[in-house]
Amino acid sequence: MRNRFTTAALDSGALLFGTAKFPLTRRGVTIGGGSVIPEINFTLPPMDVEQGSMEEVKKIYLEMIDSVCRRAVELHQREIIVEFELLPEMTLNPVWGEEITALLQRSLEEFLDRDGLQSLLRITPVDIRETSKPPRRREGREVDTLFDAFRRCARAGGDMLSIESTGGKEVTDPSIIAGDLRGIIFGAAILGSADMEYLWEQICSIGKETGSIPAGDTACGIGNTAMILADQGYVPKVFATVVRAVTAVRSLVAYEVGAVGPGKDCGYENAILKAITGFPMSLEGKSAACAHFSAIGNIAGAYADLWSNESVQQVKLLSGMAPVVSMEQLIYDCRLFNAAVNKGSAGDLRDLLVDSDALLDPQAFILRPDVVRSLAKAIVAEREDYGRGVRVAWEAVRLMKDAASHGELLISDREGSWLERMELELNGLPATSMQFVSEETERWSDAFDCTQYLVETHA
Amino acid sequence: MDLLQDIALNVQSGYTEKTRKAVEQAVAEGIPANDILHKGLIAGMNVVAERFKTGQMFLPEVLAVAGAMKAGMTIVRPLLEMTNHESLGKIVIGTVRGDMHDIGKNLVAIMLQGAGFDVVDLGTDVRADKFIEAVEREHPDIIGMSALLTTTMVHMKGVIEALEKKNLREKVKVIIGGAPISRNYAQEIRADGYARDAATAVDLVRTLLNSTRATAAV
Ligand code: B1M
Repeated sequence: MRNRFTTAALDSGALLFGTAKFPLTRRGVTIGGGSVIPEINFTLPPMDVEQGSMEEVKKIYLEMIDSVCRRAVELHQREIIVEFELLPEMTLNPVWGEEITALLQRSLEEFLDRDGLQSLLRITPVDIRETSKPPRRREGREVDTLFDAFRRCARAGGDMLSIESTGGKEVTDPSIIAGDLRGIIFGAAILGSADMEYLWEQICSIGKETGSIPAGDTACGIGNTAMILADQGYVPKVFATVVRAVTAVRSLVAYEVGAVGPGKDCGYENAILKAITGFPMSLEGKSAACAHFSAIGNIAGAYADLWSNESVQQVKLLSGMAPVVSMEQLIYDCRLFNAAVNKGSAGDLRDLLVDSDALLDPQAFILRPDVVRSLAKAIVAEREDYGRGVRVAWEAVRLMKDAASHGELLISDREGSWLERMELELNGLPATSMQFVSEETERWSDAFDCTQYLVETHA
Repeated sequence: MDLLQDIALNVQSGYTEKTRKAVEQAVAEGIPANDILHKGLIAGMNVVAERFKTGQMFLPEVLAVAGAMKAGMTIVRPLLEMTNHESLGKIVIGTVRGDMHDIGKNLVAIMLQGAGFDVVDLGTDVRADKFIEAVEREHPDIIGMSALLTTTMVHMKGVIEALEKKNLREKVKVIIGGAPISRNYAQEIRADGYARDAATAVDLVRTLLNSTRATAAV
C-alpha cells in the first residue's frame, strides 16, 4: 500500500546534517539523532569473481573490513556504518553474497566485543533484472534471485536493505543523451515510480520477515549518469539539474511504501527526500571523489546523517590501502560536523558548506536549503507522479532562472539557452497523466516492455 | 557556392530538409557519390565533431545534426553500394560480460557513427564467444570493449585470448575503454589502444585504421 506524502516534514531551517525528524535506532546506533556517522564502502581490485576465486575474494573483504575498523578504533571513532555493495556475481549467486555478508558482520561483532566499536551493516544487492533483455522487472529467474539475495543477506546480518534500482532506465538512458526532458519525466516519474512501488513493497516485506530495516534507494542510474555526463561536457548542467529534481519523485516512492531511511549515499535527491519524509539520509561529496567527480562536494554535507565515500577499491596508496584512507577522511569530516553540533554552530557550518558551492554550479544550487524546500513542496503539492514530475521540473527551471538573474548562480549563455528550451518542452506537455502516458508509451514502444511496469495508459 | 560545400554547411547547421535537397541536386548533377559522402556529408560532420570536442556544442545538439547527416546518407548509401565503395571502417562494440553499464559505450558508438564508421553494437553483458561470433560474421576492422567494474575489466583479456585461439587476432584491432581502464592495462592485455573518452575513441580508430591501411598498402 502506498501512502503518499502530502506535506513536507521539515522547513529549510530544520534541514541540517546529523538531525532527522525521525531518527532511527538499531543495536545501539542512532542515525539522525544529533550526530553524523561515517559510512564506509569498499570494493575489489581488478579480479574475476567466480567459484575458483571465492576464497581470495573473501580474504580481500576480510582484509578490508579489518583494516577500516582498526583505523576507526585508532582514531577513537565510536560508531561506523559499513555498506556492502554486492557485485553482480554476488547477487546472481546469492550464496556468495550471503557468505560475504556473514563474514563482514562477524568481523564487526568482533570489533564491538573487543574495542567497543558500534556498527551497522547496509547491504545493497545489484538490480540484476536488467540481465534479461528486455529487462523482466516483475517475474522470472532474475527477480526471484534478486529477492533471494536480499533475504539471504538480511538473515546473514544485513541490518539495512538498499538497492540502486533501475526501473525506467530503458527510457531514461536515451533521454539523457538526447537532452529529452519529456522522456525523463516519463522514464523517471512514471516508469521509475511504478517500478519502485512494486520493488519496495517486496523489499519492505523482506524487511518485516527478517527484521532488517528497509532503508532506501538511489536514482544513481538516472541522476548520477546525467551528472557525470554534464561533468564531461556531454549534456548541459542545467539539464542534469532538472533530471536530479525529477528523480526525487521516483526515489520518494520507497518511503511511501514503507522504507524508513537512511536513503542510499549516492542519491543526491536525498536532500529533497529528507525535507519531505523527515527520515535520516546518507550523502556523499568531496570524500567520494575516489568513486566519481561532482560539483557538490561540500553542499551535499548539509543534509548528511551518514557521510559516505561511495566506494573505493582495495589498492595501495602512499599512506596505506585506499579503503583505510577513505575511512580516515570520513572520520575527520564527521568530527568537524559533530564538533559544530556540540558547539551549537551546526547552522553556521551548514551555511558555509552551502555557500561554498551553491553559486558555482546549478547542481549545487538546487541543494540550497531554501531551494530544497521549494522542490519538496512542489512534489507534495501533487498527488499523481506525472503532476509531481512536471511541477518539480518547472520549479527547478524557475528557481535557476531567477537565481541566475539575481547573480546567485553562474550559468553560461550556452547553458542559459537550455533553460528556455526546457521551458518550451514543459509548456508543450499534455494536461493529464493519462494522455501523457499514452503518448509516451507509443513513442517508446520499441525501447521498453510496458507489461513490466503496469502503468495505466487509458481511462 | 560549391554544392559540396553547401551540403557540408547544411549538415553543420542540422538542416535536414536542405541537406536532403542539396544531396539530391548533387546526385542529379552527376557528382560522384564518394565525393558527396566525403567532401559534403562527412566534411560537415567533422566540423560538428570538432565543435563538440572543443566544448562548443552539447551531445543532444550533435544528435540533432546527425539527423541531417542521416537524411543525406539515405540517398547516398545505395549509390555507394553500387560503386563498390570501400567503407570507412567497421567497428563491433560491446560492454563485456557481467557489466550492464552502457552509456559510455553508447556514446562511443554514437560518435563513431557520426564520424561515418559502420558500427555494430552488441549491447551489454557480452561474453567472449559473442565477440568471436560477431568477428566471424561481421568481419570488422576493430572490436571495441567497454567495462566499468574492476571485476569485469578482466574479461577483456579473455576476449583477446579467445581471438588468439581462433586465429582471429591478426585480423582485427582491439580497443578498450571505461572508468577503471588505463593505457597501462591496455598494454598489459595486449590491446591495440585505449581511449579515455568518446571523442578520443574516434581519433584512435582513425589512427589505427590509417596505420592498418598504410601497412596493407605497403
Ligand atoms: C571501445 O572503446 C572505448 C573507448 C572509450 C570508452 C569506452 C570504450 N567505454 C567507455 N569509454 C569512455 O568514453 C565514455 C564517454 O566519455 C566514458 O564512459 P563512462 O561510462 O566512464 O562515462 C559515462 C559517460 C558516464 N558514467 C556513468 O554513467 C557511470 C557513473 C557511475 C556513477 C555509475 C552509474 C551511473 C551506474 N551504475 Co555503477 N556506476 C559507477 C560510476 C562511477 C564512475 N566513476 O564511473 C560505478 C562504475 N558503478 C559501480 C558499481 C559498484 C555498480 N554500478 C552498478 C549500476 C549502475 C547503474 C545502473 C545504477 C548506473 C549505470 C548507468 C549506465 N546507463 O551505464 C551496479 C552494477 C551493475 C552491473 N551489472 O554492471 C553496481 C555493482 C552497484 C550495485 N550494487 O548495484 C562502481 C564500480 C565499483 C567496482 N568494483 O568497479 C562505480 C565506480 C561507482 C561506485 N560505487 O563507486 C569513458 O570511460
